[in-house]
Amino acid sequence: MKKLMFAVVSGLLALTVSACGTGTDQAASTSGQSGATKYVFGTDATYPPFEFEKDGKYVGIDIDLINAIAKEEGFEVEIKPMDFKGIIPAVQAKQLDGAIAGISINDKRKEILDFSEPYYQAGLSLVVREDNTTINGEADLAGKTIAIKKGTTGATFADELGKKYGATVKYFDDSPSMFQEVQNGNADVTIEDYPVISYKIAVDPASKLKIVGDRLNGDHYGIAVLKGNKDLQDKLNSGLKKLKENGKYDEIINTYLNTKK
Amino acid sequence: MSSSWDVIVDALPVLAQGSVVTLKITVISLFFALLIGLLFGLMSTSRSKILRGIATAYVDFLRGTPLLVQIFFIYFGLPPVLDIKIPETTAGILALSLNAGAYLAEIFRGGILSIDKGQMEAARSLGLTHGKAMRLVILPQAVRRMIPAFVNQFIVTLKDTSLLTVIGIRELMNSGEIIISSNFRSFEIWAVVAVFYFLMIYILSLLSRSLERRFAK
Repeated sequence: MKKLMFAVVSGLLALTVSACGTGTDQAASTSGQSGATKYVFGTDATYPPFEFEKDGKYVGIDIDLINAIAKEEGFEVEIKPMDFKGIIPAVQAKQLDGAIAGISINDKRKEILDFSEPYYQAGLSLVVREDNTTINGEADLAGKTIAIKKGTTGATFADELGKKYGATVKYFDDSPSMFQEVQNGNADVTIEDYPVISYKIAVDPASKLKIVGDRLNGDHYGIAVLKGNKDLQDKLNSGLKKLKENGKYDEIINTYLNTKK
Repeated sequence: MSSSWDVIVDALPVLAQGSVVTLKITVISLFFALLIGLLFGLMSTSRSKILRGIATAYVDFLRGTPLLVQIFFIYFGLPPVLDIKIPETTAGILALSLNAGAYLAEIFRGGILSIDKGQMEAARSLGLTHGKAMRLVILPQAVRRMIPAFVNQFIVTLKDTSLLTVIGIRELMNSGEIIISSNFRSFEIWAVVAVFYFLMIYILSLLSRSLERRFAK
């Protein structure tokens, strides 16, 4: 409670300071004590192994990565969890300085956001229930139901598949809901980023899910920032570069995934 | 970037479709909710302690848990345990009916209790059974007093359908979210979604007001 109060009060103070301060229109606010710049990053906290909650703390590849970058570049990070579909609109609305949430870089998103250099290649996979033998590839989707998460590249892909093969698409707010949908048999298939679904199956054998077919594409994840925030974009790129050079990047990836990418 | 006008025109058919689903679910849910409400409302005014207990437990439980939890419980929680399949629309209607039913039960109870005791006594002394007295004397008077509360619940339930977006029902809210997640035009789409909800509820209010006038005669 005290912590929350402190966060709220210091946030308000910081806002006031930046509002009547230099007058430069920067989304970043300066915190009093350290003098370091603080950035607020949105994330989707239900997306292991990239971001999830463990023992009351946010962990995962994305979280470790952004914290490591912040350390290298000397800024502070505040993580704000939300529904994935709300993240990009929140950056657009300047509620967030940026977002790291396994966000695939694509042209449509590039129109409204700027991205860091790609930091991970994910790619989409078809996921069905263990006992499903009828779906082995996208050509088997005719007349089937696809569960998907709103605002993802998987959703865009599902839309196209739906039109192409005559499948129904159902939209959910988070990954656990769409997985449950397939487990319960209310949808035949879902589409998810390969590392996320392989992690889920590895840590949760009770999930009754399996991956079928090849990866459908080769999307790259990037860290999103407010359009035109060159300063933050540069910091992220330089931080990423340093982490890749000093081996910290591989270390983080290997902590959560045993395969080196 | 395309103009706001184009964005809205593109979205209209999808949002209109979503509104139809919203209205359908509202009407069906309220139909069942009325039956549930009447049943539990009568039970809670009955002389039997057991019936009263059941009604109280129902109302307390459904009113004491958030609708969102009830939706998740019915749709995601029950099927694996009971080994059944509940389609999303069925689950949504079930959750909304059970929930609104609890509130309507209280409205019925309040309405019935608001009718003077003498009415029942007079009806009984004229030789009517308790059931007949309830049906012919008490309820017609009570229902008239309940209309404003009914309308209120109608509006609340219509707005509550927006929670069904979490289980993938493509009602108005879900349609809005899908559109925004691909075109990122929050301002225009939420504005239209708000107008659609407002129009549905406004038309309902007008209808109910004319209904109220007819009944009041």
